[in-house]
Amino acid sequence: MTSPRDAAPPWRGPYRPYDLIKELTICIVVVALLAVLLTILFSSPDDKPSTVASWARAQPVDFLTTATAELDGSSDTAGYGPPYNHAATGQVIGPLQLQKWLGVSHPIDTAVDYVLAPLATIPNDPVLRAQIARYVAASPAQQRAWTDVYTASLGRAAAHGTAVTVSPAGAGPVAPMMASLLALAQSSGLDGALLTSRQFYQTDYTKPLLFMADGSVLSDRAAAQHLLGEQWGMMNETGSYPGQVWLWLYTFWYQIKPFSTSDNADALVWALMMLLSLAFICIPFIPGVRSIPRWIPLHRLIWREHYRSQARSAAS
Amino acid sequence: MSVGETPRERSWTARVRTRAEGALPPEKLLPDEQPAYVASWIYVFGALTIAALLSIVVSGMILGLKGPSWWHVTGIGRFFNGIHLWSVEIFFFAMVVHLWGKFWMGAWRGGRSGTWVVGAITFLISIAAAFTGYLSQQNFDAQWISTQAKDGLNAVGIGAFFNVTNFGQMYTFHVILLPVAVIALTAWHVLLVRRHGVVSPYVRALEAQAPASAPASGDGQPAERA
Repeated sequence: MTSPRDAAPPWRGPYRPYDLIKELTICIVVVALLAVLLTILFSSPDDKPSTVASWARAQPVDFLTTATAELDGSSDTAGYGPPYNHAATGQVIGPLQLQKWLGVSHPIDTAVDYVLAPLATIPNDPVLRAQIARYVAASPAQQRAWTDVYTASLGRAAAHGTAVTVSPAGAGPVAPMMASLLALAQSSGLDGALLTSRQFYQTDYTKPLLFMADGSVLSDRAAAQHLLGEQWGMMNETGSYPGQVWLWLYTFWYQIKPFSTSDNADALVWALMMLLSLAFICIPFIPGVRSIPRWIPLHRLIWREHYRSQARSAAS
Repeated sequence: MSVGETPRERSWTARVRTRAEGALPPEKLLPDEQPAYVASWIYVFGALTIAALLSIVVSGMILGLKGPSWWHVTGIGRFFNGIHLWSVEIFFFAMVVHLWGKFWMGAWRGGRSGTWVVGAITFLISIAAAFTGYLSQQNFDAQWISTQAKDGLNAVGIGAFFNVTNFGQMYTFHVILLPVAVIALTAWHVLLVRRHGVVSPYVRALEAQAPASAPASGDGQPAERA
């Protein structure tokens, strides 16, 4: 029940002239001039996107390490769970497993999609085909042994420009496969291969984006621009621009415990923000909250002329 | 059906017109006077928000006419992208000031809760519209924001049908679906404001003793026009 003190009684006082169209016209002109002025002064940010090719050329060791993790199923994407695969349950909110409810809607088999299928597109290389066939025919334990050896050798590898010097003794077919994948990526062939679907036109960048996100190409650039999660993350943008400052509350929760240390941080923050958004919409119906403006009377500033006028009338 | 209605009055069109005219007569829709208490700069921020929305829509239409890659490769495209970006920043600044102003006025009082609810939903949908804009930029910002944001959306199941790494889907949401929603909700919000009028000040003890100086009307509208 609404308090009588929260009522808005019918207005019985005087009226003043008001030109709605004139006010809106002036606002349009002011906003247009301000937008033009800000554009002339600051323009807008536009850092070029990373590509798989630019990543493979600039950080070949990181590229190979990531690709090997995709092949042996140890990458973030490989173990993600829905909506990409069934490798994990995903995040939960208490007993609710919302991440699983709609299943795998964007299936990604990291070994096939990021390594084996792109390698199969390389023509006229019977030696490579034989190595792929040897890897595919091997037992999971043997495959894992090869990728472990290769990953360990990458830890000692040195990059010379776009080339990588690696000593992969014991890595079996993985070493020549990865050398071919690196060459394919550096020639931009992998960018195209990761977008290929049954349709001619492409708009879905899920596979290449998740592949690059598994490596450090994006996070290194983001760290340099202060865009990491612990740096208030995605509400910022490159350069000295305001970004999505209206996401401050959403980003804020990630900076504090228990969210900052929780494995379910994303689910918990989203649940909290949905609850707060619902409360925000329902403010007029929440007892107590709807009376805050009366308890903290900032409205006296807004309507100070009205209250002064009322005081004068009462005094006279 | 009311007794005594002519066939013409019974038509759906006539009924909609009669109801619309009753709810929003011209002097309510386009008022040329307001209660005397409507005298603060805080009232300007609603109109500023609409003006910024207009600037966003016009600059967005120009960008849309040339396609999503145009602004990366031409100076004039970059200029209109700048107008679009800064209009969005002005839009949110004006809307947040408007929102706080309405909160501290308790603007939902006197049967205006619907106005607040529609305005609040418009604010939230606007955030989604701006977010999809950042995802549609085709630059590093879009790559980073999409790969970061996917985890939150996936964690609550939304990512299954709203894939932030699918440029085509995000672009469609940004240039059609969400702008239509924001514009429609804004129009609804404005019509509710016009219908119910601007909320009157909180009543103070001394006000109750003040003599009435104009006829009662309700909802902040002149009695003869309510």
